[in-house]
Amino acid sequence: MKLLTHNMLTSHVKGVTKGYPLLIKATEVKVNEVEFNPQFVSRMIPKLEWSALVQAADQVGQCQDLPAELVPDYEKNEEFLKIVHRILLEVEVIEGCLQCPESGREFPISRGIPNMLLNEDEA
Amino acid sequence: MASSCRRPEHTAPPDVFYNEEEAKKYSQNSRMIEIQTQMSERAVELLNLPEGQPSFLLDVGCGSGLSGDYLSEEGHYWVGVDISTAMLDVALKREVEGDLLVGDMGQGMPFRPGTFDGCISISALQWLCNADKRSHSPPKRLYTFFSTLYGSLSRGARAVFQLYPENSEQLELITTQAMKAGFSGGMVVDYPNSSKAKKFFLCLFAGVSGVLPKGLGTETSDKAVPNQVQYSGQRCRFKNMKGKSVKKGRDWILEKKERRRRQGREVRADTKYTGRKRRPHF
Repeated sequence: MKLLTHNMLTSHVKGVTKGYPLLIKATEVKVNEVEFNPQFVSRMIPKLEWSALVQAADQVGQCQDLPAELVPDYEKNEEFLKIVHRILLEVEVIEGCLQCPESGREFPISRGIPNMLLNEDEA
Repeated sequence: MASSCRRPEHTAPPDVFYNEEEAKKYSQNSRMIEIQTQMSERAVELLNLPEGQPSFLLDVGCGSGLSGDYLSEEGHYWVGVDISTAMLDVALKREVEGDLLVGDMGQGMPFRPGTFDGCISISALQWLCNADKRSHSPPKRLYTFFSTLYGSLSRGARAVFQLYPENSEQLELITTQAMKAGFSGGMVVDYPNSSKAKKFFLCLFAGVSGVLPKGLGTETSDKAVPNQVQYSGQRCRFKNMKGKSVKKGRDWILEKKERRRRQGREVRADTKYTGRKRRPHF
């Protein structure tokens, strides 16, 4: 699971109102090289929840030089876009689990695929 | 349609039906791959994404990621959701570029509001119309799916679903639940005159309402102005007036070619040689 997907994921357990951001408990993290696309990264930045991204990067231990606040004028700042690109698309959680901050429900991640299926009483 | 063979959604729930054996077909059977790719191409065309701009898309029922491959080819980024782990295993083996999730459409899409620029789904929606467990209620599950999907799409985004509806009641059920969730749009039918090439696409708009695109292969049938007799300068031949023309005759051949053209098949152009007899040579 890429951190871009994590930034968009919420918990949809019955009764949970916000369920965001999901806590990452990673046991295996991999960094895959992905082609850099500055246009896509700068398009995605306004959609991101920045504090959740910083928190997620911290939880998987890949927080190197990611600024805690969003840099103004990021479209032209290629160095900054490259850092965000790496965090969003290259860092992948392979094994571990995601935990809903409200209900404490854990969603297991195996081979990079989070299992978001709910039990019948949770749907 | 498809009443002669059993529909897969009648045999077992999707997480059981798409087992390893079934999943293997999607990576090996070239005909299946070709059809899936064709349908994805058409679905992306119907999405009408802005050109030259990489988009973030959702693929519901992504399976082995055949439709996702086409999205990656077009330069888009995608997240795939599927309920069958065997199909996702195939996707992992094929090293697809998108991110994958195990999830049930009927339990809703777990994404933040305004995440995606569009959504495609190839042959998945009809699975939601079946109740596989006692607690399942198809209208309720459809509504949960559509309402959470509506939330996760950005304003003005489109969602295109290719589906095989069983009957008109099922189509009505799907469209009413989609409208209830706030979507506008409707069905686009490609090649409506062919039983084989006919494809149903449910085109939904989130937020703004657009003009529904036309189905392929419908050009000849809606050329005429409704409620009006078409005027033509040609004089009507007598034999054309009473029903079918004589079998194997030139008119019969022309009619048959026209019919096949409407079905979207490849047909040779009509020439002066069409329907001519081959005389014996000396």
